[in-house]
Formats: sequence, C-alpha cells, structure tokens
Amino acid sequence: MSAHGSVIPPSSSRNRAKDIGFRALLLSCLVASVALLALLFYDVFGDGAGSLSFDFLTKFSSAFPEKAGIQSAITGTLWLMGVCAVFIVPVGVATAIYLEEYADPNRWWNRMIEVNIQNLAAVPSIVYGILGLAFLVRGPLSLGRVVLAGGLTLGLLVLPVVIISGREAIRSVPPSIREGSMALGATQWQTIWKQVLPASIPGIATGVILALSRAIGETAPLILVGAASFVAFNPSGLDSPFTALPLQIFDWISRPQPEFKALAAAAIIVLLAILLAMNSVAIWLRNRYEQRW
Amino acid sequence: MTEPRKDPEREQKRAQDKPMPRLDGAIHEHQRQEGDGAVAESAPRAKETIFELEDVGVTYAGVPAVREISFPIERYEITALIGPSGCGKSTLIRCLNRMNDLIPSAEVTGSIRYHGEDLYASGVDSVQVRQRIGMVFQKPNPFPKSIYDNIAFGPRVLGMEGDTDEIVERALKRAALWDEVKDRLKDNAFGMSGGQQQRLCIARSLATDPDVILMDEPCSALDPISTSRIEDLMMELKENYSIVIVTHNMQQAARVSEMTAFFTVELDEGEQHRTGRVVEYDKTEKIFTNPSDGRTEAYVTGKVG
Repeated sequence: MSAHGSVIPPSSSRNRAKDIGFRALLLSCLVASVALLALLFYDVFGDGAGSLSFDFLTKFSSAFPEKAGIQSAITGTLWLMGVCAVFIVPVGVATAIYLEEYADPNRWWNRMIEVNIQNLAAVPSIVYGILGLAFLVRGPLSLGRVVLAGGLTLGLLVLPVVIISGREAIRSVPPSIREGSMALGATQWQTIWKQVLPASIPGIATGVILALSRAIGETAPLILVGAASFVAFNPSGLDSPFTALPLQIFDWISRPQPEFKALAAAAIIVLLAILLAMNSVAIWLRNRYEQRW
Repeated sequence: MTEPRKDPEREQKRAQDKPMPRLDGAIHEHQRQEGDGAVAESAPRAKETIFELEDVGVTYAGVPAVREISFPIERYEITALIGPSGCGKSTLIRCLNRMNDLIPSAEVTGSIRYHGEDLYASGVDSVQVRQRIGMVFQKPNPFPKSIYDNIAFGPRVLGMEGDTDEIVERALKRAALWDEVKDRLKDNAFGMSGGQQQRLCIARSLATDPDVILMDEPCSALDPISTSRIEDLMMELKENYSIVIVTHNMQQAARVSEMTAFFTVELDEGEQHRTGRVVEYDKTEKIFTNPSDGRTEAYVTGKVG
C-alpha cells in the first residue's frame, strides 16, 4: 500500500477553485432569473389578489370597476384557442410529416421551405397581425373582426412552432421502426399512420400545448385584427366579435383609475394560472408517455 | 382489388406443400390468392432455386458497394453470407426484399430473379415483394406496442383474414416464444429481454406467412444462450421457409447453413472505393473444410479478418 497521494496526485487547488467558481457563476444565473420571476409574481399578487374572487371570473366587463369581471375575456380566449388548435394540429402535423418522411432534402424547394419555416418562427407577432388584418379580416377572405379571424391569425403565428416540434417528435422515432414495418410489407403510409405517428404523439401534443400557451398570451396581433376591448357578452360562434384575456388586461392597465389596475393584476393572475396549467399538462404528457428508445 | 386477400390456413398449407408450383406472378397479389388446394403433395423435396442472382451490383450515390455477385439460393435451405466487415453482405441481403429502395441514393444493377421473376422489373411493387420476403434485423426492433400488437401489426396491415388471436398464437408458437409470453401478451414488448425481442421480431415476420426470411446478423446483439435458441429456431423454420442469413460468426454459419457465400473487400484499381465481391460460393461443409480459394481458407481458419 503506497501512501495516500503518491500514486494519484491530489488535484491542484487552482483547478478546484476554478471548478467551484464556475459552479457558483451558473448557480447565480439561475437564482437571478428565478428571483426576477418571483418578484414579478409577488408584485402581481400583491396588486391583484384582493380583486380575485369567483364573481370576478363570472362577471362581464363593465365601466364600473366594482362590477367588472372577465367572463367574456375567458370565453373569448377559449374560443380563440379552440379555433387555433383545430387549425394548427392537422396543418402542422401534416407539414411535419411531409418534411420528415417524404421531402427529399436534396431538392432546393424543400430546403427553401425548411429555412422559411425556421424564419417564420422568428417573425414578430405584430407582422402576423397585419397579415391577419389584410387577408383574413379584410381583403380576400373578409371575415370581419370575428373569432375565426383572430383564431386563424394566432394559428398562423404559432404554426411554425408546431411544425418544428412535430418534426422533432417524428425524427425521434428511430429508422429501425420504419424498416421493421416496411419489411413486413406495410406501405409507407401505413408505416407512418400506424407506427411513426402513434409513437410521436406525446412529442407532438407537447409541442401543440406549448404553441397554444404562446398564443394565449399574444396581444398585438389581436389588437390589429380588431378584437374589441369592451365586450359584455360571450362569443356566440365563429362569426362573433370577441375579446381575450391579454386584451382585457391591456385595456384595464391603460385606464387611469387605480381600481382597474387592480383588476388588471387579478386578470394577470388568472392568465398565469391558465398558462401554468397548460405547461404542466405538457410536462406531464412528456414524462408520462415519452417513448424511450 | 376487392377480392379478399388470402386465407391464412390455405396460405400456410401452401407454404408447407412442397414443391411450390412455379410462382410466376408470385409477387402479384392476384395470382397469389389463387393457390387452390390442388397443390400436389409430393413427398421428397426436390431442389428448387428460389433466388437467382446474376451479376448483381449495388452503388450508393454512384459509389459501388458490391459488384458482380452471381449465385443461386436454394429453397428450404439456410444460406449464409460471411465475410469481413464492409464487404457488402448486408447491402446484398437488403436487395433481396428491396429494402434498398428506401435509400434514395442506392441503385441496384444486374438481375435478381425470385421464383424466376425479376424482382426489379418495372411492374413489381416493392411492398408486395416484402410481403413475401420478410426480414429480421441486426438489432431487435420491436414496435413500441404490446407483444400482441407487435405480431398482429403485419396481418392487420395486409388485411389477412382469419382470427387475429389465432394468427398471433401460431406465430409465437412457431418462433418458440409462446410459452414465455402467453400470460403477458398485453405487456409492452420493450420489457422483454434482447433475445426474446429478437424472437418476437422473427415471430412478427412469420405472422404474415412469408416465403423467405432474411436475417441480417440476427444474433450479433445477443448472448450465447439466446443465440443458440435462435439457431435452433432457424433449423426448425427451414422446414417451411427459406432463410438467408448474414453473420459475422463463422461457427454460426458452419452450424446452421447448407450453403455459404464468402465475400471479400477489394480496392478498386486506382480508386479509393472498397467494393465487396463473392470469392466463393459452395456447400458450407466445403467452405469450412476444404475451400477452393486461399482467401476463403485464410478467413475461415482465422488467419485474417
């Protein structure tokens, strides 16, 4: 037995100090971002918790702060999310399947589509608002300032996110699964529909939920497509005028009375709670159903 | 195309009745179904060539991987393809059920006749080819589904008639897996051991009643006990199926196969491309005891490779 330290020399104190220093740096970055978020929560809760009540959720918008609630904003947001989901799931998944399973990456047009989808994901949301205004509200489709136009605009905005996450989910299914299926005499479509898609559904669903949780907080495009900020009724259908939670918040915050500011804070709490719930479902889905290969 | 696809019982009978009638159009759906019960029952099995390879070559994006491959593969036998790494054994075996079609840059030249019919003729549907010629891969690749659904997938997508439960049970029994899994058919296949997974993959390919089973190094990821179980299984299966196996394990080739093709790698003149070619094709016994070519001898005796 040789004495300690003679065979394997002890690590130099300089290296150890560097190691600890680096770890401290990383940790402080984490603490800073979490602390900022906590501060924000604290501030919003301090302002809004007092106005939060069941009544607040069920009352409609009103010119009097004590009578105002967010029922029409919540239902409007739900309608928008519904339209958005119905639009982005089939279009996004079909695009992802095409790009992953059929497109020949050697063709220039497929590469162009790919690059453009990446770019679209980075386009500012206000640009989508202008697009929605020009093509959906007015112009070719002339839908008017209605739920359908708002939902589709938000759908266009988050479609790239769905496509990109859908592609990732499809790509994570190993090629050996496709080979195994094709070797049994299944067609490419049967392979995709019965093997690849079922195996990638958890990833696709996670992407869709995260896309919706981005759409739910969007304000700028909705202002452009003409969502009303004062709506005292629930949307009755796709062709109905609407408001949404972020718009309601925006409207209340811009009013001078401090009571409305408290209402805005309360509405922010509701929005945050919905977001948190959606993201939790996404994480749960991923952990519960994600296929480990 | 509305005709019911096939009666599994009859198909199985066909598979067992030998010799099979000339399979002109074996790979075309319609004639396939008309294998009427009148197939003659002749006791001694005559030698019958199932694949006839003639000057087969494969290039990937213009780079040759194998070339000038010519040999026959006999029915109801096990044919082993051996040789050093990178000699194109896997490339060649993947030509036999047109799996290379899935690689856009791959191109096959020469002719491969299956029951006398050119597999690469213009009217031949690769999907139909794969229904007749199944494949088991190097790494077990069960589907992320239950054991039952793994087996039932093939018959379902092919629209095979008959009781799916029965088809599943028969396939698992033929793959000698039934007793191990009959109580947990609904469990996910990923919970099985590697050897069980590979036998599940074999069972899966049996469920669609193929004519040939191609095995691409089926035991390379398995321990010796699982390997010997699969070898036993192969010996049983060759009664009803023709098997082509790629293997790096020379003892395995010597143990199970009737015929062996020895591949080697050649550097193209002046070029940098490594191309696989067949040096010797003969009875396995001869390849391993008295090979005609010095390169074969060096390889099988372990002097090189």
